[in-house]
Amino acid sequence: MLFWTIVKVGVKSLWANKLRSFLAMLGIIIGVASVIAMLAIGAGSRKEMMTMITSRGSNMLTISPEQVSQSGVTGGTRQNLTVADAQAMLGVEGVQRVAPVVSGNMQIKFRGKNQPTPVAGCTSTYLPIRSFEIESGRCFSDADEESRTRVAVLGPATVEKLFGVDDPLNQIIKIKGLNFRVIGVTKAKGDQGWFNPDNQAFIPYTTAMDQLFGTTYLREINIQATTAEELKPVQERLTALLRRRHKLLDGMEDDFRIRNQADFIAMANQMNQTFTLLLGSIASISLLVGGIGIMNIMLVTVTERTREIGIRKAIGATEKSIMHQFLAETLIISGAGGLIGSLAGIGLALVLPTFTPFKTDLQWTSVLMALIFSGGVGIFFGWYPARRAAQLVPVEALRYE
Amino acid sequence: MNDVIDARNLIKRYQVGEDAVRALDGVNLRVAEGELAAITGPSGSGKSTLMHVIGCLDVPDEGEYYLAGENVAKLSSDRLANIRNRRIGFVFQTFNLLPRMTSLENVELPLMYAGLRHGVRERAVVALERVGLQNRMFHAPNQLSGGQRQRVAIARALVTDPALILADEPTGNLDTHIGEEIMQLLLELHAGGRTILIVTHEPDIAARCRRQIHIRDGRIVEPAGGG
Ligand SMILES: Nc1ncnc2c1ncn2[C@@H]1O[C@H](COP(=O)(O)OP(=O)(O)OP(=O)(O)O)[C@@H](O)[C@H]1O
Ligand SMILES: [Mg+2]
Repeated sequence: MLFWTIVKVGVKSLWANKLRSFLAMLGIIIGVASVIAMLAIGAGSRKEMMTMITSRGSNMLTISPEQVSQSGVTGGTRQNLTVADAQAMLGVEGVQRVAPVVSGNMQIKFRGKNQPTPVAGCTSTYLPIRSFEIESGRCFSDADEESRTRVAVLGPATVEKLFGVDDPLNQIIKIKGLNFRVIGVTKAKGDQGWFNPDNQAFIPYTTAMDQLFGTTYLREINIQATTAEELKPVQERLTALLRRRHKLLDGMEDDFRIRNQADFIAMANQMNQTFTLLLGSIASISLLVGGIGIMNIMLVTVTERTREIGIRKAIGATEKSIMHQFLAETLIISGAGGLIGSLAGIGLALVLPTFTPFKTDLQWTSVLMALIFSGGVGIFFGWYPARRAAQLVPVEALRYE
Repeated sequence: MNDVIDARNLIKRYQVGEDAVRALDGVNLRVAEGELAAITGPSGSGKSTLMHVIGCLDVPDEGEYYLAGENVAKLSSDRLANIRNRRIGFVFQTFNLLPRMTSLENVELPLMYAGLRHGVRERAVVALERVGLQNRMFHAPNQLSGGQRQRVAIARALVTDPALILADEPTGNLDTHIGEEIMQLLLELHAGGRTILIVTHEPDIAARCRRQIHIRDGRIVEPAGGG
């Protein structure tokens, strides 16, 4: 029979059983839609993690004191990183920038408005290390650091909360009761869900240590390596340097911890792969179940239409043409299901972020894959019932009641 | 004359539980081109079984069957489908039309399986006119009377212009008057040169066929000596 005749006959007999055809299709629709949506969520969360990690700075190493641990119980944080440690790191090969950091959450006040804000006491190098840029005004200078000036650079979100649309530059804000002059505002990076980098205040670390936190130790030291390849060697050199400076003997454990951004990325990737695999396999199972649903319906259809098959064979249908007819029907079901499912999946991927915390990144390859796969499901699960129909002996099929 | 049908010692057994039934128990039958023959016999004697074997809808367990000189046992399933399509028109007692299709579509179907690309509709229309159903072409089978359904079935059987028409109790489900019309149609087709075999229980109908073949217990008991 001609191709279009087969398609026409297939559509017709599916149409005659609208509800059943739709139910058979539903499994594929749900399967395909969930594969696409799940993979979009996986890719979306990966993308989000990556921007989060890289927006925290590139080629960065973070050095912090090791937690005090006695017989396995972690106690407080050690206080052992000094400004001198940070200065010594400047001379290490492969180190481009060094930023000593003290930090804590503080209330910032301006004319009766109050904004809880993470305050970072740091050098001006902290901003480029952490990929912050100055939008207006300036950052504090070496001289400011030297003379412990009370100046602050604010994030745009903090500015908006405290000043609204007014110009914050040269206004005096209060941090922990002390007056600070606003000298700059950073460029917006965008809220990242559980952490907003745009709500921050940066002040000279010297000022912060002396006047805000009253400490002589650093919370952490941020290092920017010259290249990504340098991260590992720099990490080793810094470890050696700090062990020497902290007078650790061989066999003693490090009293500091160096975290490498590449480790973060690798860890995030790992987590994400597991996550995506999990989502993907759940979705694939539903696609498989959908396929079995189609097979079930087609087997029922073959049994139910045994007599029809007998009649068709009696008037000259070959095995091939019967086979084609039934395959066409399953392919129409799974193809239409795949198409509708793809549209639903694409729709889901687009609207999910608007009302759920999930971020999505639609993967066109997954749409293509799901479509091909649903076609495959149609052929795979339709083949057996189709063959059964085709191989019936005409007279036995005719006798079927 | 050439034999269209040459069956030799056909045996067909059915095993139902303990009992073995010989539906065909050594049937020998030759039918020449252009013959009109009636097959009669008591219920369960094997008439339908024989028709199915002759019509290539079933295969015998033993024996040989030559259709127009070709040994059917040696043919592929595609070739058999092709023979059913072009050379044989089968008319069933229960009509066997496809329920979701119109008369026209039912009649078109054999032409489609024949792979015809052009003139399908025209030929189907001609066949329906031939059986007098030109104004019932777009009716579904359940919108037709029994006699009309059987006429659609006959149109379907003759649309590919087969040389052999097999009718298994074509009037069995119809009242005498309507049955008479159907019989008239078959006689006309015979007059047009076709070989026709009719299974029937009705002596009237059998009497109108030149040759009568009687079957009992799977054997032909009164071969009328050939046409
Ligand atoms: N599929 C089958 N399984 C078992 N036995 C069968 C089968 N088909 C036919 N038979 C048996 O074969 C014998 C011949 O059956 P067949 O249908 O050929 O009879 P028939 O002469 O056409 O009868 P009727 O006039 O009632 O139509 C019967 O005894 C029947 O029970
Ligand atoms: Mg019978």
